[in-house]
Amino acid sequence: MDLLEYQGKELFARHGLPVPKGVHAKTADAAVDASEALGYPVAVKAQVLIGGRGKAGGIKIAKDGTEAHEYAGEIIGMDIVGPHGEGPFKVHELWVEAGSEIESEFYASVILDRSAKKLMVMLSRMGGMDVEAIAASDPEALVKHHVDPLGGLGEDEAKQIAAQAKIPAEVADQVAAVLVQLVEVARAEDATLIEVNPLIVNADGKVVLLDAKVTIDGNAMFRHPELEELPESADQDPQEKMAKERGLTYVSLDGNIGILGNGAGLCMSTLDVVAQAGGRPANFLDAGGGSKAEAIIDALEVITSNPEVTAILFNIFGGITRCDEVARGIIEATNKIGLTLPLVVRLDGTNSEEGLALLAEAGLPNLHHEATMLGAAKKVVELAGN
Amino acid sequence: MSIIIDNDTKLVVSGLTGREGSFHGLRNKAYGTRLVAGVTPGKGGQDVEGTPVFNTIEESVSEAGANTAMIFVPAKFAAGSINEAIDSGVDTVIAITEGIPVMDMLPTYWKAREKGVRLIGPNCPGVLSPGKANVGIIPAQFFDQGRIGVVSKSGTLTYQIGNELKQAGEGNSTIVGIGGDPIIGSDFIDILTLFDADPETDLIVMVGEIGGDAEERAAEFIAAEISKPVVAYIAGFTAPPGKQMGHAGAIISGSSGTAKAKQEALEAKGVRVGESPTEAARIAVETLRSM
Repeated sequence: MDLLEYQGKELFARHGLPVPKGVHAKTADAAVDASEALGYPVAVKAQVLIGGRGKAGGIKIAKDGTEAHEYAGEIIGMDIVGPHGEGPFKVHELWVEAGSEIESEFYASVILDRSAKKLMVMLSRMGGMDVEAIAASDPEALVKHHVDPLGGLGEDEAKQIAAQAKIPAEVADQVAAVLVQLVEVARAEDATLIEVNPLIVNADGKVVLLDAKVTIDGNAMFRHPELEELPESADQDPQEKMAKERGLTYVSLDGNIGILGNGAGLCMSTLDVVAQAGGRPANFLDAGGGSKAEAIIDALEVITSNPEVTAILFNIFGGITRCDEVARGIIEATNKIGLTLPLVVRLDGTNSEEGLALLAEAGLPNLHHEATMLGAAKKVVELAGN
Repeated sequence: MSIIIDNDTKLVVSGLTGREGSFHGLRNKAYGTRLVAGVTPGKGGQDVEGTPVFNTIEESVSEAGANTAMIFVPAKFAAGSINEAIDSGVDTVIAITEGIPVMDMLPTYWKAREKGVRLIGPNCPGVLSPGKANVGIIPAQFFDQGRIGVVSKSGTLTYQIGNELKQAGEGNSTIVGIGGDPIIGSDFIDILTLFDADPETDLIVMVGEIGGDAEERAAEFIAAEISKPVVAYIAGFTAPPGKQMGHAGAIISGSSGTAKAKQEALEAKGVRVGESPTEAARIAVETLRSM
């Protein structure tokens, strides 16, 4: 689960980390009220789950109410595309923050290093730019340090990291303290990524966390009911939202072929095979192990709620899942929701003969059976059109 | 031979009295796996269809001679159960449970390494050595005994490839599901090493997916250390960045962890990569028959 900047900063503040004062706002008028309360200048910041907001025009400094109103109006409704082509993300909410006078900008992060199987702290004197750019332009300027998996980050260890990153001596202890605390936040809040870019020194010589990018491990949400209750980003894709409410694993894509597979790997592979056959998948949907009628009805309702979808592919390889149960589910779901879109079904594995017999008997006019994954992909591409 | 599990495996199932644990534990037993014990705290002294239940994994080792533990405990408590198994004296722990927090797995991973216990998973379908033993949820009917080792991050994709190999008349020494989580006990490299040393394995099929860099590291390792041919398949070429594709570990972060980068890394080291599971199975069969 990715947190918006303001949610991340609220999390930091709860752990005693220094963040600027700010107010959450959803309209230009509310942004002006917030600005008046905070005092000018203020930073009006788009709240979207992607980096590169500054470059995209999603962060502006307002020095009076007129500017605050104007900038907030511009930013709300803006589409922001990430540095790697992510999105676009539409801006629905703002974080209005007391302006900070920036003397220097650093970069700090704590990430889960999957290769090393440890948390890794990164620190650089060159803040404000993309970490990949820092690493590319001057690898030595980015200090990387693995944290002992059985303990936290020690104070002396953190001071060494700051010294190695050539953080100026007068703020090195403050930066070190921030690193220690960020590792604590990662461990206590199950954060697999915390990025603070920039970490600044303000005009008073204080170190302040000016941005917050935080990812919480979805598997650990049971330990963080307060995070679970955070309002969902209003920009959430309608199908993804619907799928989440129904407990389905679903990712929206931008094509026209609805996909349902069982198992994450098989489902990803199905998307690839459809793309190779010249088609454009509309989604990833892992129906999981138990593909009972209820689950298939839920899945089909989510897939068909996307108006772009012109054909659907079911790719099922039954292991524990029984194909006859899946077939019953397909028939029941098709009848219940009155599905008329072409539906290509590939059903293999446990009880596939019984399942195929049931499908043949039902004689659904829009249902096409294919014996192989590749055959099914070709067929659905042909039926989907462009 | 075969790797990890065989006729000498004596299995204890942590969570045997639960619905999933008993269903799969008894299926494994029906396959021929020597299921010697179950463990559920507070239920020691009971039995599940004749298999004795103990309060602790350690008791199952001392009383019933268990040497392999399978973990079917709910995610909240699973890391605790894995830790218990690591301390119990078994030499292999196979964790099926999905959804264990990564912060729980970090110390557990290092504990297993430190104690020299082989940990497979979590969030994996388990291990199957056809004709010998099955520990986990892999449906054995799609795999024949043979000379191809399979190591995979994905369950159903493995069944798909196993079935294609079977239809082509080939079988497997062992199938290892290493799991789709960001932190797993054994990586491609660990399993490739075991297959390379196994006299019953002639060729290895490796099934990867987006996220992390285990496939890239495996590519380097194959070039340097593995003498047997390896055929690969990678899923997730159409996955968008920043989206978790089902498995907790299947996510492209920024520009790293893409299927294309993994394919290129493997091909650069001479590993043939199939475009689809079907093609990967075909290449494996062809390569095996030309050896």
